[in-house]
Amino acid sequence: MIKNLDRTEIGLLIALPILIIIAFILPKWLVNYVHVSMGTGLVALGVMIQMRAGLVSFGQGLYFCVGGYAAGMMAKFYGITDFFVLLAVGILAALVLSALLGFLLRRYREIFFAMLSLALSMILFGMLSSVEELGSTDGFNLPTASYLGWSPTGETAQLTLYTLTCIIAIGCAIALNRFLKSPIGYINEAIRENELRVEYLGTSAHKAVHITYVLAAVVSAIGGVLWALPLGHVDPEMTNWTTSGQFVFVSILSGTGNIIAPMIGTFLLEIVRVYAVEISPNTWQMILGTVMLLTIIFLPKGLWSLITRKKKATRDDGASAPIAGE
Amino acid sequence: MNNSVRKKAPFGAALDNTTSLFAAAAIGLMTTFAAPSEAQAQDSSVKVGFVTFLSGSAAGPFGVPARNAAELMIEAINAGAVPGPYNTAGIGGSMIDPIFVDENSKQKNADYLKLVEKDGVEMIIGYVSSGSCKAIAPEAEKAERLTILFDCGTPQIFEEIVTDPKYTFRTGGHATMDSVAAARYLVATGAPAGTIAGINQNYAFGQDNWRDFSGTMAQLSSDTEIATEQFPKIHSGQYGSEISALLTSTPDVVHSSFWGGDLEAFIIQGSARGIFERSKVILSAGETAMHRLGAQMPDGTIIGARGPHGDLAPDSELNSWFRKAYFDRFGTLPTYPSYKMAQALLGVKAAADKAGSSDQDAIIGALTGLEWEGPSGTVSMALANGHQAIQGTAYGTYKYDKDTSSATLVDIIHFPAECVNPPAGANSIDWINGGFEGAKCD
Amino acid sequence: MLTAVAIAVDGLGFAAWLFLSSVGLTLIYGVMRILNMAHGGFYALGAYSSAWAIGLYTATGSTVAFTFLLIPLAALIAGVIAGLVVERGILRFMYGRDEVLMVLVTYAIFLILEDATKLIWGTDSYVAWQPAFYFGTVEVFGIPYTVYKFLIIGTAIAVGLALFYALNRTRIGKLLLVVIEDREISGALGINVTLFFTATFVLGAVLGALGGAITAPEISVSPGIGAEIIVLSFAVIVIGGMGSIGGAMLGALIVGFARAASVHLYPPAELFSIYLVMAAVLAVKPYGLFALAESRKI
Repeated sequence: MIKNLDRTEIGLLIALPILIIIAFILPKWLVNYVHVSMGTGLVALGVMIQMRAGLVSFGQGLYFCVGGYAAGMMAKFYGITDFFVLLAVGILAALVLSALLGFLLRRYREIFFAMLSLALSMILFGMLSSVEELGSTDGFNLPTASYLGWSPTGETAQLTLYTLTCIIAIGCAIALNRFLKSPIGYINEAIRENELRVEYLGTSAHKAVHITYVLAAVVSAIGGVLWALPLGHVDPEMTNWTTSGQFVFVSILSGTGNIIAPMIGTFLLEIVRVYAVEISPNTWQMILGTVMLLTIIFLPKGLWSLITRKKKATRDDGASAPIAGE
Repeated sequence: MNNSVRKKAPFGAALDNTTSLFAAAAIGLMTTFAAPSEAQAQDSSVKVGFVTFLSGSAAGPFGVPARNAAELMIEAINAGAVPGPYNTAGIGGSMIDPIFVDENSKQKNADYLKLVEKDGVEMIIGYVSSGSCKAIAPEAEKAERLTILFDCGTPQIFEEIVTDPKYTFRTGGHATMDSVAAARYLVATGAPAGTIAGINQNYAFGQDNWRDFSGTMAQLSSDTEIATEQFPKIHSGQYGSEISALLTSTPDVVHSSFWGGDLEAFIIQGSARGIFERSKVILSAGETAMHRLGAQMPDGTIIGARGPHGDLAPDSELNSWFRKAYFDRFGTLPTYPSYKMAQALLGVKAAADKAGSSDQDAIIGALTGLEWEGPSGTVSMALANGHQAIQGTAYGTYKYDKDTSSATLVDIIHFPAECVNPPAGANSIDWINGGFEGAKCD
Repeated sequence: MLTAVAIAVDGLGFAAWLFLSSVGLTLIYGVMRILNMAHGGFYALGAYSSAWAIGLYTATGSTVAFTFLLIPLAALIAGVIAGLVVERGILRFMYGRDEVLMVLVTYAIFLILEDATKLIWGTDSYVAWQPAFYFGTVEVFGIPYTVYKFLIIGTAIAVGLALFYALNRTRIGKLLLVVIEDREISGALGINVTLFFTATFVLGAVLGALGGAITAPEISVSPGIGAEIIVLSFAVIVIGGMGSIGGAMLGALIVGFARAASVHLYPPAELFSIYLVMAAVLAVKPYGLFALAESRKI
């Protein structure tokens, strides 16, 4: 089994206990940012795997929101609080929706894919914003989750949720890493380079894009559930274009080189924002913008290139991180 | 502490480079942040977190006036310069040490916990948006930190979300009274109201306001018909089509809960096209715009301030002091978000002074069910086991005084709290549709 | 009948505003292949400088007629300064980078511009209604409309025609089309590509600022207006076909009429009518209505 794991996966498996231990060592407020960053990081991951195929989704918030809302509605209308059921419902909702929408979206590339995905997410935003039963733009609250009949409270509940989030996030990352290394993963890279050639070689680019789209949707929905549960609240802002935009920016900033990059990137950007707000509550956007600009200027291949560059110095392992969508 | 982390290199080298870097980066980063905040408050100061919009479209009309009022009040309270019963320095003897945070954030809850745990604030005063309040109220109960919601309007906070509050308070009335009082004012002034129309922003606050207003109108005058219901997107700024729709449907009354830039844009575009002459227009949050627009606001418009704030506030020493101090410092008169912030801070001061301490538990004990005087009159924590304030409200009719070039309100009618608020335990919508059971309107 | 007239005039008025607010975006994209998110920042700068200038000027009590000169002047100054600073200061170092990366770069610039605007003009709103009231109203089938609205419609048509003429009928315009067709070859032919890029970007910025400046008298200029315009103008130029002036005009008309129709016929749909139209158009014409066929490289 271990033999089949590549370095990234071993790394992820080692990171898992570290992540969990962090919860006991670090101050709670910081663990909180780690926790929510895993939820949103998963969505950034969904954006990133599509970027590998040259597709930039400016509407990934759609599935982030579908996941959160599906879980939330299950709890709100049917009183179900079981973590695993809620997660499954979130996944199922995203799976069905993305499988359907995939037939439409798989025909689009470049900016048109971006704008169509944005339009779809904004249609959901518009609809949720007018449904009074779901709290309109204020959204609604979720209960504390239970686990197969066990309903912890307080600190225990938080730790349980955090641990499960870690496990699922790392699990998703490993699964997606597998996906990128699978035939479809490589077809995606070929699609980004030259789609016509892929078709000439006898492979269906549409099919590969469709599968990638569904996968990204499912991961984003998982992210949505894992983000909504610790927060205990969902609102349509989750599918607003500004939210989707942030996922794209995080993915570009982090680089598409490695599966972990968007997760770390999400967390780092969050921390930069928190400190920018602390230093200058009135002009923090300026600091954030400057940091983003400097990152792009000095690390055009994203934050991850810091690590790959270092790696290259020690051993030349060839495949460097490709630039997003080139 | 950092060195010990760096020395973990052999441990890292044994692993994959990726992991070690990830782990080292993460741990290194975190240990830096983990350094305990040294500024453990000296005994004589109490840290208070203030969360309002400092960026985005809600900053100008709400967030910044509230922050300004907070700065003004904190300085005055620390100096003991507030008149009336508030002329002692500090709250319960401690000086307020503020930390301001932008509410315009996607991670409101994490930001909240950061204030509580990293910055070690004793209490948090803030939150303009109802969405924020819905998310924060349960968090406050979980974090067990005193949290005072000073502005947000949704009645759901204590009706549905936190039904047994311990740490959450709201020092402002909820939004139901804005709409109920607007309808009552209309009826009391005898304006024709055969057909009504609404133009409200398409989000929860706008939808709720229209639902409550049209519901109240249906109760108060049964033959009222709805001409058109417009729900433009929030912050769209372009209301040409909506104004045409309002003009062509010729309603007697136009109701709007617009605020901020949208409100001002609607007044400019609507007044240019004569909507204010053809219909009676009610602006339930119009007070924020009236001094800015002056002569541009048409006479006869019915104006509210979401409570008895601003120009609707009663004459008192406290109010005149507040208006003057605010004007001297910021060059404009305070609008209702400023009043609500001042009201929240004075409530805290009143509670802390009463308890003689700025400890969280002492303040909570004293604030529960408290009655105090703010610049807008008496506030009492009457609902939700003493955690939700009720307050009367007032509406007035706009009149621009050409001689003095000043915006004024005439025909002001005050509505007692019991007249426009549902009694304890009653749900707002049911209360309206059930004919205002138990309402006392003397 | 009355409703139909109202939809037509309202739709046209909204379309004119949309076109003025998005034409700069499509111009920059057409020439430079940069989807410029900082466009919202230019719009806000234009609106602020126009409202601010009108406010200062009318405070002197002079005749309002001159404010109509102030509006384009404010847009010109704000657009040229901001455009030059952004292009010369930042963007020129990034040419040739990936399109997606440029979106991020311009977003970062937008964030900085947002706070810069706040630092210059504060968070209080600016109202400069005088020009909007100056000519009064005219009635169309009994519905009063401001003459100013028709001025905006006229300006939009003039800007569209002028750009069309400049691109297709003048020497500079034709050279620009060559640059769009092939940067490298045009450089080899002795065309100063850098100059064309700078000029295009500054012109795009000025147009963005003009959109804001001309709208300023009708609205309340306050923080956040720039963010609103970004996604709306994206929708317009995507519907029309990216980089096409005629496309932006058509896109603006479609969105304008769709929104006006939903307001008059079914108000709850207003919130997402624009996105519904965008999704519908893209579903039928995946590259927008006016997109030129591009050869695919094998």
